[in-house]
Amino acid sequence: MSAAASTDVPAPVKSAHSAGRFLFWACVFLICAWVLVPIYLLMVNALSSPEQVSGFPKSGLPGFDFSSLQFFASFSGVGRALWNSVLVAVLTMVLSIGIGAPAGYALSRFEFPGKEVFRMLVVMTRAFPLPLLALPLAVMFIRTGLDDTALGLALVHTVLAIPFAVLITFSLFSAIPLEMEEAAWTLGCNRWQGFRKVVLPLVLPGIAASAVFAFTISWNEVFAAAVLTIENRTLPAFLIQNLNVSPLHLKFAGGAALVVPALVFIFAVRKYLFAMWGIANR
Amino acid sequence: MQAKVLPYLLLLPATVFLLVFFVYPFVEIAILAVTRDGGLSLQPLAIMASHWKFATALGWTLLLAAVVVPIQLAMALSMATIVTKLKTGRNTILYIFSIPLGLSDLAAGIVWLAIFEQSGFLNSMLFGLGVVEQPILFLGYQNIWVIFLAVVLAEIWRATAIMMVILVSGMGLVPKEYYEAGEVFGANGWQRFVKITLPMLRPSLQSALILRTLAAFEVFAVVTALGGTTLPVLMGETYNWQFALQDRNVASAYALVILAISIAATLFFLRVLRVPKGATI
Repeated sequence: MSAAASTDVPAPVKSAHSAGRFLFWACVFLICAWVLVPIYLLMVNALSSPEQVSGFPKSGLPGFDFSSLQFFASFSGVGRALWNSVLVAVLTMVLSIGIGAPAGYALSRFEFPGKEVFRMLVVMTRAFPLPLLALPLAVMFIRTGLDDTALGLALVHTVLAIPFAVLITFSLFSAIPLEMEEAAWTLGCNRWQGFRKVVLPLVLPGIAASAVFAFTISWNEVFAAAVLTIENRTLPAFLIQNLNVSPLHLKFAGGAALVVPALVFIFAVRKYLFAMWGIANR
Repeated sequence: MQAKVLPYLLLLPATVFLLVFFVYPFVEIAILAVTRDGGLSLQPLAIMASHWKFATALGWTLLLAAVVVPIQLAMALSMATIVTKLKTGRNTILYIFSIPLGLSDLAAGIVWLAIFEQSGFLNSMLFGLGVVEQPILFLGYQNIWVIFLAVVLAEIWRATAIMMVILVSGMGLVPKEYYEAGEVFGANGWQRFVKITLPMLRPSLQSALILRTLAAFEVFAVVTALGGTTLPVLMGETYNWQFALQDRNVASAYALVILAISIAATLFFLRVLRVPKGATI
């Protein structure tokens, strides 16, 4: 409609219009710079030698020296922390989808007493500071032998990820008409076959996206990880534990190691971000 | 018969999981905070309240949330408006805007440390412009307000994206006809934003604000990365009592305080931004 309006407006308005457009794109550019420049600066530090990192003044250009990253990679405990981070995140991914997706399916396909109670339970998780769960669970885990294990931490991260998994899978399943499943049933499929052959292929990309999202939640979580692990630290827990004793170049290389995978994850799920949060509104 | 049992079977794992790992631990926190060695006692709460760091930690946490959240709300609304107006390059710009969504608070703290530390980029720039003769120690304990400012910037930088994404999907739900009607009646862009977009956005604003405010109360790693323990916050004190001081009961008392202000904030936003009955889209 604005395109139609711009064809028959008089010239002075047009110049005001183009000034508006200029301002609009200036804002877009500024916000992009606001997001990207700090990341760029972190990368500059990560790609410079330790001497350049603590040197002054800085030029703002990377030295393309990998000795900081090498130092980080060979620093004792880093390799193990990275491995633990991946392990915990994968467990979180599997647990939250495995537990959350059936619930999402049930919410989207059935009307039954108690549905609202369950919805409330899921929504309520968002009114609670979830990382604090780590405090009481630390004791429970010591009693059950789950303390300082990847599984124990993954259970806490799953609590963080499950509300998203349930709500996202709920919206994914709701987008697929029930008639398609019913058609499969009339053609002789039972409920499980109908689900596996008709619904599953259609929701798989969305499920994968929400799995990546669960992975990211776990990958980034600091507080519970720092409380619940001692020997088997994840990368964020390892970094926060060593912050006040580590040299600058170690911090920045560690920061880059946290940021780069996150950039890839967000790129991978960018199409689904809005579907995810659209449903989170209701 | 199967259709009656099946939904419950599907919900069972999630329900059991949330009861064991969500409901039970929070009950346990409340119990721990008011007991000592198995007996009922207000001592943990008393220790917490009388410790000199408690009031400052609570104060800084609340101040941080009070400064960060309104700025983020304004920025997120502008960014969401920009995104919904975009025609060319929407996907690329949306991706760039939502990048911080995937970053942890620790990473954000380290990113801003690169800018604010003594040999960092801010000092380099000021030096290059001739403003300072030698690098300033921005993040020292005598500059607590600079630390605060750095934390504010890092929080705004990292966590505005989540609000934006919620608001963008909320704006997508507002019917186009409403804007056309507004235009017909002569409302300008700003008036349409205030009289149509904002009221229609209430549910999204509500969830965005609740989510962000609660996360602001949980601020921890950003502060640790930028200020060490110079700027005390509630979550950092909780961690301290749990780990350095090895007192789980006092740590739980802190947790209870965070929980209390979180619930208070949630109820506040639910009440202030409630959607009138029968006024949904």
